[in-house]
Amino acid sequence: MSEARVFHLKTPLSDEDVSKLRVGDIVYVTGIMVTARDEAHKKILEVIESGEKLPIDLKGLVLYHCGPVVRKREDGSWEVVAAGPTTSMRMESVEAEFIEKTGVKMIVGKGGMGQRTAEAMKKHKAVYAVFTGGAGALAADRIKRVVDVYWLDELGIPEAVWVFEVEEFGPLVVTIDTTGKNYYEEKMKEVKIKAEKIKEELMKVEFE
Amino acid sequence: MTDLNLEETFYEFIKTIATGIPEDIYTAIKNAYEKEENPVAKTQLKAILEDMEIACKKKRPICQDTGTPYLWIEIGEDFPVKPTKVIKQFTNALRKVTKEGYLRPNAVDPLYFKNSGDNTGRYIPWIHVEPVPGDKLKVYLMTKGGGSEAPSTLVMSTPLKGFENLKKTVIDAIARAGALPCPPVIVGVAIGAGADIVMSLAKKALLRPIGERHPDPKAAKIEEELLKALNKLEIGPHGFGGRLTALDVKFDYSYRHPATFAIGVVTSCWATRRGIIEISPDGSSKMLTRHLKLVDGECKIV
Ligand code: SF4
Repeated sequence: MSEARVFHLKTPLSDEDVSKLRVGDIVYVTGIMVTARDEAHKKILEVIESGEKLPIDLKGLVLYHCGPVVRKREDGSWEVVAAGPTTSMRMESVEAEFIEKTGVKMIVGKGGMGQRTAEAMKKHKAVYAVFTGGAGALAADRIKRVVDVYWLDELGIPEAVWVFEVEEFGPLVVTIDTTGKNYYEEKMKEVKIKAEKIKEELMKVEFE
Repeated sequence: MTDLNLEETFYEFIKTIATGIPEDIYTAIKNAYEKEENPVAKTQLKAILEDMEIACKKKRPICQDTGTPYLWIEIGEDFPVKPTKVIKQFTNALRKVTKEGYLRPNAVDPLYFKNSGDNTGRYIPWIHVEPVPGDKLKVYLMTKGGGSEAPSTLVMSTPLKGFENLKKTVIDAIARAGALPCPPVIVGVAIGAGADIVMSLAKKALLRPIGERHPDPKAAKIEEELLKALNKLEIGPHGFGGRLTALDVKFDYSYRHPATFAIGVVTSCWATRRGIIEISPDGSSKMLTRHLKLVDGECKIV
């Protein structure tokens, strides 16, 4: 791998912003990121389905697969204590529809997503990027302010929709781009082939 | 028996584990970062180091999944506090640390879908107690993340195919999991008589520091060979390749039954939060592990 390309982007993101990104690029985002996990995806799609207006226009924003740890300060404002990504694959079944109906341009999570999401990203011009799994304190540090939170009572802290103002949130590594290329799918195939060879070699080493 | 109350000591102990990465992991990631040539893998290692330092400086959890608490208690037969009291005092401290936001409430009732809100519940924390000679109390704590458990595997092999299956099981478990358990991982491996024995030993093996080899030369060789093989997978930090897929492999074993060869594999992530404290009969205590900690406004290994 040669040197990675690095981008600093501001929300709202345009089609052009995300179309120039390729798998392996590193991105730092400044602006608005909105969290949603399993329940919030369901909720947002239900609201759209019913014809009602969402409390926030998601067009051009960054969707973050994250269930943060937050606590209330004495003045009533929120402090984000840890906010690393959660496993994105759990949202695979609804993400294509989510991209189409909300117009989000970037999705951030961990572990990668599947073929349906990759196809929707190609069609609607969006990218998927991962934030270092487990780095919850670093993520919290890049969140400058909690702008708002929706459905907190109904969904609870980790599942609610949190609107974060972020500064230089990253490093985010693009693993699905607008051409539909999916880094992890290719990587896992490579690893599988390597595993077969490694096992063969290992069988020659005596343990007994 | 005395009225010695260890709650405050346990409270500080748990907080240290939640916010201070152990020295061995910090050093291993730092060394790997300096050597890594793959640029994307390098950014991941840098993010991990930054995360550890921010957690230390701001006294925040290292990862938002603050895990399930596992405890191993070695209690000296002449230690003045009864085991039941030790456990009660530890549990109280655990509740307090959770309430103050250093741990996320992670204990969920599987039948009634209810989160207890304080990290305690039926069999949680999970506790092993072992009476030992002497008058000291030693507590080992690991707060183990949910995702990091995912690749864990049990295989009940026939003895003749034992070592062959051991090799296969370890490589496949890590290869299949890819980026999900937040590599670089630590892998605990055990063989022995029964299913529960090997899973238990494999998990306990994760407590041993990175780089330390098993005292038995054959066991040490197993650790070294498996580690070498795993790093050839080139999964790397968060799946971005490079030389560091596994930080270490820790092996242990029990005697087996002539007809069995159980194989247990338990994995953990880079954010393996663990530590050991030793308490004397007068209540004074000393950490037996070193962690990244805030001292006079600076993060140091102490
Ligand atoms: S696997 Fe480890 S680092 Fe990753 S999210 Fe879970 S606890 Fe955190």
